[in-house]
Amino acid sequence: MKPYGIIAEFETPAAILAAAKQVRDAGYRRWDIFTPFPIHGIDKVMGLKNSLVGWFSLAMGGGAFLSGMGLLWFTNAFDYPLIVGGKPMYSVPMSFVPSYILMVMGGAIGALVGMLALNQLPRLHHPLLKNPRFELVSRDKFMLVIGANDDHFSAVETRKLLESIGGTHIELVEED
Amino acid sequence: MAEATTNLKSLLPPAELQRPPVVENNRGLGWLTDKLSAFAEGKIPLWWWVFFLPSAFCATVVLPFCLFYQVTTGVGVWGNNHPVMWGLDIVNFIWWVGVAHAGTLISALLFLTRQHWRTTIGRMAEAMTVFSVMMAGLYPAIHVGRAWFDWFMFPVPNSNGLWPQFRSPLMWDVFAVNTYVMVSMLFWFMGMIPDFAVLRDRSTTRVRKAIFSALAMGWTGSANQWHHYEKAYVVLCGLCTLLVFTVSSIVGLDFCTAQIAGWHATIFPLYFVIGAVFCGFGMVLVLLIPLRKWCGLQDIITMSHIDKVAKLALVSGLIIDYIYGMEFFIAWYSGDTYERWVFGHRLFGHTYMVLGWMLIGINVLVTQLLWFKKIRSNLLALFIIGVLINIGMWTERFVIVVGSLYQDFLPANWGKYMPTIWDVGIYVGTLGTFFMLYLLFVKFLPMIAISEVKGATPQGNPHHPLGGAKGGKH
Repeated sequence: MKPYGIIAEFETPAAILAAAKQVRDAGYRRWDIFTPFPIHGIDKVMGLKNSLVGWFSLAMGGGAFLSGMGLLWFTNAFDYPLIVGGKPMYSVPMSFVPSYILMVMGGAIGALVGMLALNQLPRLHHPLLKNPRFELVSRDKFMLVIGANDDHFSAVETRKLLESIGGTHIELVEED
Repeated sequence: MAEATTNLKSLLPPAELQRPPVVENNRGLGWLTDKLSAFAEGKIPLWWWVFFLPSAFCATVVLPFCLFYQVTTGVGVWGNNHPVMWGLDIVNFIWWVGVAHAGTLISALLFLTRQHWRTTIGRMAEAMTVFSVMMAGLYPAIHVGRAWFDWFMFPVPNSNGLWPQFRSPLMWDVFAVNTYVMVSMLFWFMGMIPDFAVLRDRSTTRVRKAIFSALAMGWTGSANQWHHYEKAYVVLCGLCTLLVFTVSSIVGLDFCTAQIAGWHATIFPLYFVIGAVFCGFGMVLVLLIPLRKWCGLQDIITMSHIDKVAKLALVSGLIIDYIYGMEFFIAWYSGDTYERWVFGHRLFGHTYMVLGWMLIGINVLVTQLLWFKKIRSNLLALFIIGVLINIGMWTERFVIVVGSLYQDFLPANWGKYMPTIWDVGIYVGTLGTFFMLYLLFVKFLPMIAISEVKGATPQGNPHHPLGGAKGGKH
């Protein structure tokens, strides 16, 4: 059985935030916290950079906008030129609104797809989800996991560190 | 430095100016999780069946029956006829789109403005949006008459080599409504992913576990996941806010590009957006007040939240009143005989005069009751006002659509419109479908955003003493 990491439980958001700081200061790099809701200030502690989701959304939304403009030009001005009220075959005012609507749709799909892709979801299996106490993460407990693939990881020392910073129910989680 | 901090502390607002808590009675995170998932997990109560069965009857018998007859026979079964070619089908379409808008406004715009109280009612409002846009989308599809040619509205290559004509706002409507359905569903679904995980972790049977595991897609709640999730949520909120202002504007453009007196006004896009929001807040009150009581959510949907919804209804109602005033003023000020005729007949014409006065009576007069704190803290009064707002806004759409069409430029061309049983049947059917879907949502899905509410409590704030922060650090 290959170890996945060591999991420790904390009671309050402030406790997990303080624990995260200490784990970071101890030099660990491959660790994560699991919480029932986003914890204010954790981005800074973990050094999380601005999420790329916005770029996914921009790319999809911008692409949809340009495709919309292209579609309107192709259908109403190129493939079947249609004269309506003597107006130009293709103009921005007529094509802006549908393209803008398509931009909203593309941007929204981009945001959802980007979020799922960056989180590597959907995934049907996760080693932590087999741990019975991990079910409490979605309720009122805050968990910290230090990965076995961390350079500093040692089944004894890491456990000691987690004990010293106030973690309870410390367990080794196995990968399978 | 220490002195400066003490001084700063004394600058905190006094007790009476502090914001009311999002959740009352200082409930803990565990209590909130149990309470908010209890209804989706517990036994089905009697009241649910009492409302579900008639709704399901309307949805599965009345609506399909009316639709079958209407689609196979033709739009002639409705009361629509020359000159009133837009009848209840379009009235109901606008009404349903309108109901949807307040949901998006609550869940998206109030998120962007950091109104934490919205977390408790956001999900219910989003569900209202999703289901009512579905109902709205049905109407244009059958209104075209030959519903099997609906695909002509989409830019699909066909053997005639023809394409849709994109200079018409009706064409923009096709895009707007479809986008609205899709984006509001995406937003609703994404918001539910962490709550699906809650229900997954709490599930006791294998079937529930399998369903919610699939829906939660392996959500673990790691800091990384939340990080991307929050970003995606903000982006979606921004995009949904754009839709609040776009979809009804485009519906308004359908009207104001026409030459008909009573429609041909530049105020229409704004008019329809605000009318939509106003009507939607009425629907929010109608849905929220009974559910709060029957699901025992008094600590979560507090009186302060209902008060805020009522105030938002009042604000949008006042803007609507201003627009009514403006419409009548411009009709008089333009000096246009036809405009004056139409607006005069809204209130003093013989055919639809009652509806004109109902519109004024409800949307202008009843709305003013919301100024009073006594009314805003009386749930029964608010419920009745909510129902009245929905009726009032339906009347408004009827007055605009039918009231402007039935007497146009040539007296020889005048006519009348009376809805037939099939008009009414389809409306009743969509109402039933809406309530059926809503009841199913309330019973089987997380009807309140569990994780968002927990995050908005002091217990969930790492900088608050209740969230475990050491004294002194605020």
